Amino acid sequence: MSEKAAVRLSVNGQDYALEVEPRRTLVDAIREDCGQTGTHIGCEHGVCGACTVLVDGEPVRSCLMFAVQADGKAIRTVEGLADGDNLHPLQRAFMEHHGLQCGFCTPGFLMLAAGVLEREPDISDEDLLDVLSSNLCRCTGYQNIIKAVRAAAAEMRAR
Amino acid sequence: MVFVGRSVPRLEDRPLVTGRGRFAADVSFPHMLHMRVVRSVFAHGRIVAIDTAAARALPGVAAIWTFDDIAHIPPIDFRLTRVEGLEPYRQTILARERVRYVGDPVAAVFAEDPYVAEDAADLVAVEIEELPALLDAAALGEFEPGRATEPAVIRKGYGDVEGAFRSAHAVIELDLAVGRHSGVPMETRGAIGRYDAARDLLEMYGAAKVPHWNRDNIARMLGRDPSTVHLHEGHVGGGFGIRGELYPEDVLVCAAAVKLGRPVKWIEDRREHLIAANHSRQQRHRVRAAVDAQGRLLGIDDEYFHDQGGYVRTHGATVPDLAAAMLPGPYRVPNYRAAGHIRLTNKTPCGTYRAPGRYESTFVRERLMDAVAARLGLSGVEVRRRNFIAMSEMPYERPVDTLGTHVVYDSGDYAGLLDKALAGIGWDNLQERLRARRAKGELVGAGLGIFVEKSGLGPFDGVKISVDTGGTVEVVTGAASVGQGVETVIAQICADALGVDYRRVRVVHGQTDRIAFGLGAFASRVTVMTGEATRIAAGRVRAKALDMAAELLQCSAAELDIQDGEVRRGSGLLRASMRIEDVARHLLPSSRTRGQREPGLSAEGWFFTDHMNYPYGVHIAQVSVDADTGGVTVERFLVAYDIGKAVNPMLVQGQILGGFAQGLGGALFEEFLYDERGEPLSVTFADYLMPTAREVPDIAVIISEDAPSPRNPLGLKGAGEGGVNAVGAAIASAIDDAIQVPGAITQLPVTPQRLRAILRALGGL
Ligand code: FES
Ligand code: FES
Repeated sequence: MSEKAAVRLSVNGQDYALEVEPRRTLVDAIREDCGQTGTHIGCEHGVCGACTVLVDGEPVRSCLMFAVQADGKAIRTVEGLADGDNLHPLQRAFMEHHGLQCGFCTPGFLMLAAGVLEREPDISDEDLLDVLSSNLCRCTGYQNIIKAVRAAAAEMRAR
Repeated sequence: MVFVGRSVPRLEDRPLVTGRGRFAADVSFPHMLHMRVVRSVFAHGRIVAIDTAAARALPGVAAIWTFDDIAHIPPIDFRLTRVEGLEPYRQTILARERVRYVGDPVAAVFAEDPYVAEDAADLVAVEIEELPALLDAAALGEFEPGRATEPAVIRKGYGDVEGAFRSAHAVIELDLAVGRHSGVPMETRGAIGRYDAARDLLEMYGAAKVPHWNRDNIARMLGRDPSTVHLHEGHVGGGFGIRGELYPEDVLVCAAAVKLGRPVKWIEDRREHLIAANHSRQQRHRVRAAVDAQGRLLGIDDEYFHDQGGYVRTHGATVPDLAAAMLPGPYRVPNYRAAGHIRLTNKTPCGTYRAPGRYESTFVRERLMDAVAARLGLSGVEVRRRNFIAMSEMPYERPVDTLGTHVVYDSGDYAGLLDKALAGIGWDNLQERLRARRAKGELVGAGLGIFVEKSGLGPFDGVKISVDTGGTVEVVTGAASVGQGVETVIAQICADALGVDYRRVRVVHGQTDRIAFGLGAFASRVTVMTGEATRIAAGRVRAKALDMAAELLQCSAAELDIQDGEVRRGSGLLRASMRIEDVARHLLPSSRTRGQREPGLSAEGWFFTDHMNYPYGVHIAQVSVDADTGGVTVERFLVAYDIGKAVNPMLVQGQILGGFAQGLGGALFEEFLYDERGEPLSVTFADYLMPTAREVPDIAVIISEDAPSPRNPLGLKGAGEGGVNAVGAAIASAIDDAIQVPGAITQLPVTPQRLRAILRALGGL
């Protein structure tokens, strides 16, 4: 074990001053130290994407990043996606299109899609498929996830 | 408003899309310890010594257990399909004397922090004398001195098989293999044990699938009475057969919570999951068919080897048993014999995975039908038609047993569904288009697989329904949810039977302290069994509400109806009504208007059945093969599935889409591989390749309701396994067609390497 380091994380606009070991992953810090358990751990080796959060607007696999590396950065997680009781278009679309079953992968897909659509609202269907194929889901067979994200993208563009 | 039969939105979704779910890893208690399991790095060996001194010296380590610490705890028993001879092959919660697969738990570390627990686990020195690893189930070896690696042979059959083969016009023989793959839910396993000394109560969180059975067995293993143990199911990140079975780690956290007096949390990491949680599927079949000159089956004779891995776990002989019972499928097979050898190997122990024994046996049977067609120069479609059990023969008794039930197909129109599927994909045009493309040099083809599923396993299910004074209807069931939409489906059935909006129904599942009995969620049983129990209980609640309201509204119960939570009489001037929550208030124990009625607007409902029911389906695949890489692309896929009656078609479709993706994984990508010493090679998602959105095509789904089950009033059958069942079979058939070599595919998954080897062996391609 090594000395703990002071880290400031901003999660969904709220600041957390933490003391963490340098080896502590960002996802553990978000879940255990900030109490935001909506971000899930599916593999801890960077393949499944269940742990995807936005760090300064970019989708990031929070199992592959150390908490100390996120010092001072703005992190957004699934808990910050809705605006109070108003769900984000992606959240509504996942519900309407049956884009989730067990829901374990869902926060990762939502944050991945949110990050990409914010940066690239006009993304082509083909490119979107590429993006979505970077996360794993074991329940849905993906078709309804793809439909949901396309529907939300259309709605977000129309705004 | 009627809810059954409509694709209403799910009740489960909101917390899940807002990050408010509560999965196992999200459960924490103050003053909690974290468990880390030290696992064998050898596939087979004798434990010489375990030195825990260095690990114990690490600050933050509370305890380290080896077999001696748990020697009084019996091995984990069988939940299903107990067969004579299996007992000595059960797994203890920590390895005793020998290790039998890489991943076998040898010691458990309990520490203040999960990182520290992992550090300490690395410091536990396990000395093992390596023994030769047995990796091929077709070879017989020694499990321990004097005990062979074959605990039992599953034998089923009927008729005169020898006679059938003697009189056959042709005999077709195949040697087929299905690879080792498994459910691999996105949430790894997890368990949190907590002992509350104040109430002398042991609790486990992170339960799933079969909480009541696990409660009874944890209680028995730890020497407690069942009512002093409570299991709690939270959100569950996928089940697929593997999750929720009783595993060593579940018992360890409970035993440790009692012994150490602190809550103990264990969350599996993905590498552990891929080597320690149940694998499935791996079988090799040597199968023969006897046919007459028209291609009609006279008999099937199948001998197969089921690779069970290091121990026999909770499923007992379930998978090989189902394979034997379900292999004949939708066909008239007048004479049949199956011998399934259960064989222990030095690999991860096996259990069920979605459509257990059927993904395998459908592959075998449908390969056989294709081979019959090829031998007699008939089309695959024609051979299947000639052998179908006709609708007029229903109910059709197949003289075999499985899961404690006789196999009696309750209803089905196999030929009718095949017609629908062929029309749905435009089979004849498709054949022409494929021929034209092949003429241009493309390797494209189509194939199909047909199957009978089973669902609605009994023998019982019970629910308790009560309406509170706010109008919320609570359904308490002993069923479980693994994320498939149980709450919504049960709420829909309850809503219709009672006369309320389904959104007013709260479904409580997987809580052993809320209901004494329950069988959980497996074998596509919940919609059928829990659904029917719910309908019965809701009918009783309704009758009670009408009886009370009739007195209050001064009419007879027959004049009343309940709709949208309102008890109504008549129309126009005669109209009178009251809310169901007001009826509930009149039925409070303290109510004067209650009279002699039992307090509470509530009732129980029970449903019993000795038989399963049998949905069925057709899968059609269109594939293209890349001759250079051996890669297979599924261009189109159609699933036609008869479900009897769909409670929520959107959810049925969801089950089929998800099942298809898993079937595709098993057909083309997923496989647990080992090196020659039994070292697992598939230990990350980079080696165990599950399909992504790129590999899973948009498929066509036909849900038909032509054959409602006569075994329950709503006609329900299960949805869970129809999407996965014949994917391997259909894709294999389509690849044969694409490369124009009948019978080329004999093994799943058809990885690029394997297909390249086949093409090379054919030469030229
Ligand atoms: S948990 Fe981070 S990618 Fe899987
Ligand atoms: S919904 Fe279960 S893993 Fe995606």
